Amino acid sequence: MATQKEVLIDPIFNNNPIALQVLGICSALAVTINMSTTLVMCLAVIFVCTMSNLAVSLVRNRVPTNIRIIVQMTIISSLVIVVDQVLQAVAYDISKSLSVFVGLIITNCIVMGRAEAFAMQNGPWLSALDGFGNALGYSVILIGVALVREPLGSGTLLGYEIIPTVANGGWYVPNGLLLLAPSAFFIIGLFIWAIRSWKTDQVEEPEFEIAPNGQYKEAI
Amino acid sequence: MAKLDKDSLANTFLIAVFLCLVCSIVVSSMAVALKPIQQLNKELDQKKNILRAAGMLPADQDVSADGRSIEELFAEFTVRAVDLQTGEYVDDVDVVTYDPIRAAKDSSTSVALSPEEDIATLRRRENVSLVYLKATATGIDKVVMPVRGYGLWGTLYGYLALDGDLNTIAGLGFYQHKETPGLGGEVDNSKWKASWQGVRLFNDMGQPQVKLVKQRSASTNPAASYEVDALSGATFTTKGVENMVNYWTGDDGFGAYLKRLRSNGLAQG
Repeated sequence: MATQKEVLIDPIFNNNPIALQVLGICSALAVTINMSTTLVMCLAVIFVCTMSNLAVSLVRNRVPTNIRIIVQMTIISSLVIVVDQVLQAVAYDISKSLSVFVGLIITNCIVMGRAEAFAMQNGPWLSALDGFGNALGYSVILIGVALVREPLGSGTLLGYEIIPTVANGGWYVPNGLLLLAPSAFFIIGLFIWAIRSWKTDQVEEPEFEIAPNGQYKEAI
Repeated sequence: MAKLDKDSLANTFLIAVFLCLVCSIVVSSMAVALKPIQQLNKELDQKKNILRAAGMLPADQDVSADGRSIEELFAEFTVRAVDLQTGEYVDDVDVVTYDPIRAAKDSSTSVALSPEEDIATLRRRENVSLVYLKATATGIDKVVMPVRGYGLWGTLYGYLALDGDLNTIAGLGFYQHKETPGLGGEVDNSKWKASWQGVRLFNDMGQPQVKLVKQRSASTNPAASYEVDALSGATFTTKGVENMVNYWTGDDGFGAYLKRLRSNGLAQG
């Protein structure tokens, strides 16, 4: 049985949902242009993931096996709608720039994945910790991506100018690629590379051996 | 026994109904409880956008330079509904709840535009739109109009503010668009938005002829007063904004209203 500390800390580097499980990539691409939207997204995912794991774990012994996925979906969507409504009420500007992506937390594979894989088998307290830890692992990567994208893409961090851009009379020509979604792929790829060079046990076994090329001998 | 019980048909229905009930109560009570605050936010946001377009509110702050709040600033504006065809005020429209963009989608409250008229790619234009008027003791200080037009990826929604002479642009601001960040998305750049201030709108024939150009003419050239620096790398967005301004200030947009306002003054638009 996993200890509380392992459940909470493991997903941050050892078993990161984005870097190792490669889940939740879609929203990682979309919301990391600005640090402020990233932070709000992270908080939203932390809330939804923790609460959904807790709720799913509480009802796990009562839920019939054949409708368990629908039950999880219903719980998750309700939580996401609650988050969306609260955001619209307290942080209207940010909820406008996050637009559909708050709603898309419903389809964030991390939330669903943890509910099905962990909360269905474990008690409420451990499940809540697991949800919190996984959302934290997701947040670490997202914040890392935003830390690269916002300064290099628009010369600001949290909206404050840190590199004076040409458009505002400075010297830095912003790198437009970093404002587009594909750049997050590159950055996440580099993160995965870095994490796996540091923790080599995460490197996956090759699925097949490349056969030695015999044809060149025939050509001679 | 317990296992069998859990997966029984009765239990499945029981759990499904119970879960739906709990979730719907949570979601709907949340939505109802927060509705007033959300509505307030939406109105405040709209007021902010209008004030920013009119240049009365700094881009990143919620109070004006002299410390007045959004509500105070907006109280100086009178909202009127305008028949775009005739340019006359319409009094039987509730200006607080009326939404010109929604009206444009309904065939009974809008007209279809022919391709020649439709330079801003709107397809339909509402019959009645809103204007936000700020009066001084002697006349008009600012007129703010809701505008929209197609850019590269989608429609840009914003407000265009005119000075009291109804011929000079006081400001332009967008509150919703889908342009490429860093290229067309620079329509939100405050430096660029500031370059709209003081641009002249109408030529001697009374036609709007704002132009977004690569290189502005020398300031001695009369053409320079109609020109705004284009956004580099965003030809379609630039073209879209140019068409949008010319459309909404032209005869198919607020042109008729602006003519009436110019000749009749504030008393009878």
